[in-house]
Formats: sequence, C-alpha cells, structure tokens
Amino acid sequence: MTGDNIEPIDEIQTDGFAFPAELPIKIKSRNVDVSYGDKQALFGVDLDIPANHVVALIGPSGCGKSTYLRCLNRMNDVIDIARVSGNIELDGVNIYDDTIDVVELRARIGMVFQKPNPFPKSIFDNVAYGPRIHGIANDKAELEEIVVTSLQKAGLFDEVKDRLGDSGISLSGGQQQRLCIARAIATRPEVILMDEPASALDPIATAVIEELIDELRQNFTIVIVTHSMQQAARVSQYTAFFHLGYLVEFGDTEAIFTNPTDKRTQDYITGRFG
Amino acid sequence: MTDISSEISHNWASSNARSRISRRYRRDRWLRNTGVGAIVVAMGLLGILLTSLAFTGYVAFTTTKVKLEVFLDPAKVDRNEPGKASYRNLVREAFLANFPELKKRKNKREAIKILSSGAQYILRDKVMDEPELVGQTISVLLPLSDPFDQLYKGVVPRRINALARNRIASFESLKQRGLISVENGSSYLSLAIVVGPAILKNPKRGPLKKIMRRAFAELFSGETGRVNYKILSRDAVKILQARIRKDVNFAGDKLQVKLPISPIYDALNRTGKAEKLNPRFKSEKVLDLFDALVTRGMIASPFSWELFVNSDSRFPELAGLAGAFSGSLLALLVCFLISFPVGISAAVYLEEFAPKNKFSDFIEVNINNLAAVPSVVFGLLGLAVFIGFLGMPRSVPLVGGLVLALMTLPTIIVSTRAALKSVPPSIREAALGVGASKHEVVLHHVLPLAMPGILTGTIIGLAQALGETAPLLLIGMNAFIPSIENVGLLDPATALPTQIFTWGDSPERGFVSRTSAAILVLIGFLVTMNLLAIYLRQKFETKW
Repeated sequence: MTGDNIEPIDEIQTDGFAFPAELPIKIKSRNVDVSYGDKQALFGVDLDIPANHVVALIGPSGCGKSTYLRCLNRMNDVIDIARVSGNIELDGVNIYDDTIDVVELRARIGMVFQKPNPFPKSIFDNVAYGPRIHGIANDKAELEEIVVTSLQKAGLFDEVKDRLGDSGISLSGGQQQRLCIARAIATRPEVILMDEPASALDPIATAVIEELIDELRQNFTIVIVTHSMQQAARVSQYTAFFHLGYLVEFGDTEAIFTNPTDKRTQDYITGRFG
Repeated sequence: MTDISSEISHNWASSNARSRISRRYRRDRWLRNTGVGAIVVAMGLLGILLTSLAFTGYVAFTTTKVKLEVFLDPAKVDRNEPGKASYRNLVREAFLANFPELKKRKNKREAIKILSSGAQYILRDKVMDEPELVGQTISVLLPLSDPFDQLYKGVVPRRINALARNRIASFESLKQRGLISVENGSSYLSLAIVVGPAILKNPKRGPLKKIMRRAFAELFSGETGRVNYKILSRDAVKILQARIRKDVNFAGDKLQVKLPISPIYDALNRTGKAEKLNPRFKSEKVLDLFDALVTRGMIASPFSWELFVNSDSRFPELAGLAGAFSGSLLALLVCFLISFPVGISAAVYLEEFAPKNKFSDFIEVNINNLAAVPSVVFGLLGLAVFIGFLGMPRSVPLVGGLVLALMTLPTIIVSTRAALKSVPPSIREAALGVGASKHEVVLHHVLPLAMPGILTGTIIGLAQALGETAPLLLIGMNAFIPSIENVGLLDPATALPTQIFTWGDSPERGFVSRTSAAILVLIGFLVTMNLLAIYLRQKFETKW
C-alpha cells in the first residue's frame, strides 16, 4: 500500500557482511538522518534487524544509538525539535508513512526504558494497561490471562502472583524492570526495543534480565542499546557499533568483538575510548 | 598522565588554610542564623498580629444578656397569629417591672435603653417558633444594648477623663506657684487685679471680665499655647463684682482676690482626678439601674452564637457573620466551578499540546502578568464587563465569583503547569511506549500524578480569593444583609472580608471587637483551607 513512494532499498553494504540468505528481515532502515534543531544526531544509517534475533547497539555516549532506537517506534515524534528523514520499514511498510497509526505502531513495537518506569498503579494494572487501551482482551478473563502470561514470560509471575494488587513501585529495581518488560509484552508486540534496560540494576538483577532477553528471542525481535560490551556479547547475535552519529560497523556479534574491521570499533571494544 | 599531587601540594595545616576553613564555617553559621532570624521575626510579627486580634476580639465571642420573666398574656398575643402582637410593649413591661420605683416617662425611656433594640424580635421569633408558650410566663435571655454590653465586658469605662493632658498641666503650674487654695471645701485661685477708678465706681461685669481674663492670662505670660480660661469658674466675675462692691473703699490699685475655679478643676485639685460620666451613658441613674440588675444576678454573658447564626445588624450586639459566610461560600463556589476546569484545561493545553513558539511564549508571559495584576483592577473589569456590559445584577455572589475566578485563574494555571511539569518524563515515555495516545497519556497518567499539586494550587488560589476585598467592594458585594432568608447566586450579598471592612468602618464601640472576631473567623477559615491543601497533598502524593 505504501510501496509506491518508497525508494528502492539497496542491498546491505556494511563492509562485506551479509545475513544468511534465508534470514527474514523484520526492520529495514535506509539512510536515516535525525537532527535535533540545528544539531544532526544521526547520519545516513542503513541497518537491518533480522526477526527473532537480538541486535545490540553499542557505542560511546552521544553516538546516536538511543536516537536510532527511538526512531524505530517513532518516540522521537514527541520531541518538538526532532526531525527524522530516510526510510524505516517494518515488514516492508514504511513506518513514517502518513497512513501509519503511531498508536498501533507502538503497540507492535514495544519499548523498555533505561530506568524502570512502572506506572504508580497496581502490578496488574501496569500490565493490563496496554491491552485495555488497545482493546486486545474481549473480557475480564481474557485480560487476566494476558496479564498472567505476560508476567510469566517476563519471569516475574512467581514472585508477584500473591500481590498483583500491590503498587508496581513497591517492587525492587530488577522486578520493576521485568514488570516493564511484561507491560511491553502484554500488547503482543513483534519487536521489543530496550534502551539500556539493565544499566540501573545490580549484577544479579542484570543477569536475570539477560537470561530473560535470551528467552524472549523465541517470540520477539529484540533491539537492545547497551553500554556494556560484555552484555552485548552475552545477549546479542548481531551488533552495530555507532560512533558520532554514524553506523560504523555491523556484523555478527562474535566477529565484531573478536575481529572488528574498523579501527574505531577496535579502539572502542578494547577500551581506548568511550 | 601526570601526577598532580607531585607538582602542587596543599598544606592543610598552614594558618592560611586554617583561617579559610574557619571562615567557611563562620559563613555556614551566618547563613543558618540569618534564616533562623528571619523566621523568628516573621513568627513574632504574626504572633503580635494574632495576639492583638485575640485580645480585641475575644469579647465579641460572648454577648451580655439580661434574664427577664415575660408573661405572654393571651389577651395581647394571639396564639394563632403570634407574629402580630406588640412584643415591644411586652419586653418593655417585663423589663420595667424590675424597677417599680421609676415613675417618670423620661426615666422609663432611659431605662429601657439598657436593652438592645432588637430584644423584641428575639422574643417574637421565640414565640413564633413555639406558639404553645402563649399564656405562660417564660424566662428569656435578651441582649443588652451596645454601651451596656461593652460596660459589662469592661471594654468601655463608666467615667472618662474630663480634661486633656495640657489642660491639667496648666492647672498644675498654677498649683505649684501656690496660687490655688482650698477654703470651705472648694478651691480658689488667687489673682492680682489692677482696677481703674472708673470701674471701681461702676463695676460692670463686661469690663470686669475683660480685666479678669487679662490678669489671668498674665499668669501664663511666659508660656506658649492658648490660655486655659476654663480654669476659672463661670461665677468668678460675679464674685469679683461683689468683692469690688463690698470693698469700695480699698485704696490701692492692685486688688488681691480669691476667685472660685470651675467644678472640674476643683475636683482635680481636691481629689487628684477629673472625671466625667462616659457620654455613652445618658445619666448616672441609668448606670445605677444597671448595677442593680447586676447585683440581682440577672445579667449573664454566655457564648455568642449570634456571631455565627445572625446576619448583619445595625446593632453590634446582634450583628453576626452568617450572611457574610453564605455570601463568601457562594462566591467561592462560583469561583471554583469556573476557575478549576478552565484553569486546568488551559494549563494542560499550554503544557502538553501547545507548540513552543513566540505565540505560546506571549501567552505564558501574559498569564504570569495576570497573576500580578492588582485585584482592584479585576473588580473594575467585573464592574465594566459583567455589570455594565452584560447587565448582571449588582452585589450578587455570581458576579463576585466571576471576578474572583478571573483573579484565581492565573494562580491555578501557573500552579497546574508547574505540577504537570514535575511529573517525571519517564511516566509519559512509559505510556507512549505501550501505545497510549496523547489524551490517554494526559488523562490516565499525567493529570492524576499532578493532581496533588493542582489541588494545592487551587486551594491556595481560593484562599486568596476568600480574603479578597477590593474587587468585591467595586461590584457592590458589601450589601447590608439583615437576614439569610434570601440566599442565592442572584441575591444581593456580602462576603467575609467586605463584612470586616463594613464593621471596621462603623462607629459603635461593639463593632471594634466584632471586627477583630470576624478577622479571627476569616483567618480560621483560611487556616482550615490551607490544612486541607496540605492533607490532600500528602494523601495523594505518589512516593517514588
């Protein structure tokens, strides 16, 4: 329906890397520029996100990795001065097309933020909020079913099953973040964007979240921004390295960490800067 | 990398470093003590204000009353139409029955003034409420008129100083010069008078008076100010004339006479006090009658429910705040119903929807300026627009509320915007992240979280509006409301602050304490509202 006004997308060109031919691509982005006012934050990013894989975005602070992530569910729309250009396709449909409903898009592409941000409501209501506003559940039983399965998938259900009425804020930091993941899952998204989901958590909670991410890969496509290269190495299959607003290198996580082609990538992962 | 510590060392033990440290601590202490001082000054001033109000106002919380036995004669009061009887006469007879010795109409008329003029209506209302009382002798407490109420409470004295301080001083100077003497129980002034032979032959009072006054004035020749001729008795000239006539043969040209001085200075000379009856009271006799009532135990001073139940009255002993209270309440209601939704809507639009451009900046500046506009200007606006242009009635709570709403709006908008701003952006992101639309983000998440702040701002705005006087005066909301039977948005009304203004302007002594008491009630009202604001904030505040 929107194919007419999309420019033809080139083949992936990132320095000799290519996905396996049979791998379905969930999100294709081409030539994505983002600027905040006069300041350009992203320069012509071309990046493909394969379905049911975890893609890690790494890079030093201010490199544009979070900006890119927020383009994928159009969270940059709420910033008055942000301007996005280029093509981002979800399953072949340009998400910046006028006919795209942002509300539906954000239900299909869930997001988990850096700081756990549960609503100051009960645990149940936190998870049920998305399905409620989108009318996903037809009745109360169905809604409860969604809440329970979401909490189960987020690995939180056993810990909170007796106190679903308690405030989401009463949970510990790690639990809060898993609640936020459950909340994102509850709208039945296809993609989950994670913006440094473990940076505010202690190592044990981080380990739990990382395990969870690996499990979630079965059902969802995951894009994760992280500052921790170990984390990127542990949870992702593909890694993109951003620097100063440019996508410098993209490839197999293993390849990036063991044998980066670009000097800047090498410097970054060996700790020379960042 | 270079090692900073090897190049630049800082000696913490040097006297320079020590004095720097102690200077820093001194400044810490100074900052702290300045704050403490400021708080002490503020609390002290508030304390002085409240104490003075309480001291003046506490007497208004009681009303002095006399207990009367009234026989409700069925011949005079119709049980079926109890409103038609002459309660004035009933009260009059019941009261005067205590003083059978009074025969003259004039004395009776003076005596009845001890009772409040409103006493008859209190009796009437009582009988109309309970018509079955007709035929019985009932005992009622009826309020006293203002001078006696104030006398019983010790606010006004029986007698007041008759002489100003400078007059007393002029007399004292005469006394110190030994010119004042006492003979046969009255005081005399020694005066040396030079009398010419012509007057000696024919001592007429006119010229004599001139001579006497001149001689008297010479006593004060060295002093500034007016000569206080009133020290001399009115009879002085007559006495002088008689003296000259008697002493026709006196040879010398200087006559030493002792002239009587006026009674008030006579009293000052002999008793050291110069007092007169407080002019609020008609005569000593009435005071004696009042004393008789007190000794018979008929006077009591119970808690004044009238202050809260009654409406305004010309008689301070009957005046109450009910009318002002209902007027204020209605005006505040209108003010709230308009300013709360309009203020929140405006703030939500400006904060959540309005694009950040010159125009929205312009609106923001204007709203902030609006908050600083003097309230009297809003009153003028209300007068011109609501009453003048839209033709709304004067003095009514609807217009008062509209004007107060205009005044409260900027406060509510500013505080609501601050409350919306203080909602953490993570909550907006969380809601947007699950696909909430703009209105869902605002209505489901941001507004509920901002509500404590919004309510606090609203209540503080309303409390301001409650104490506002000037705009209400301009739209005439200081009507005289003697009853609260007609209370409505379109009925003339008064409000608490304007009632205070009106009472404060009244000459009767009783209104002085009534004014202070009304201020205390208003402050109580405000404190209650602010406590409510604190309570709401604490109850609904989300802890993070």
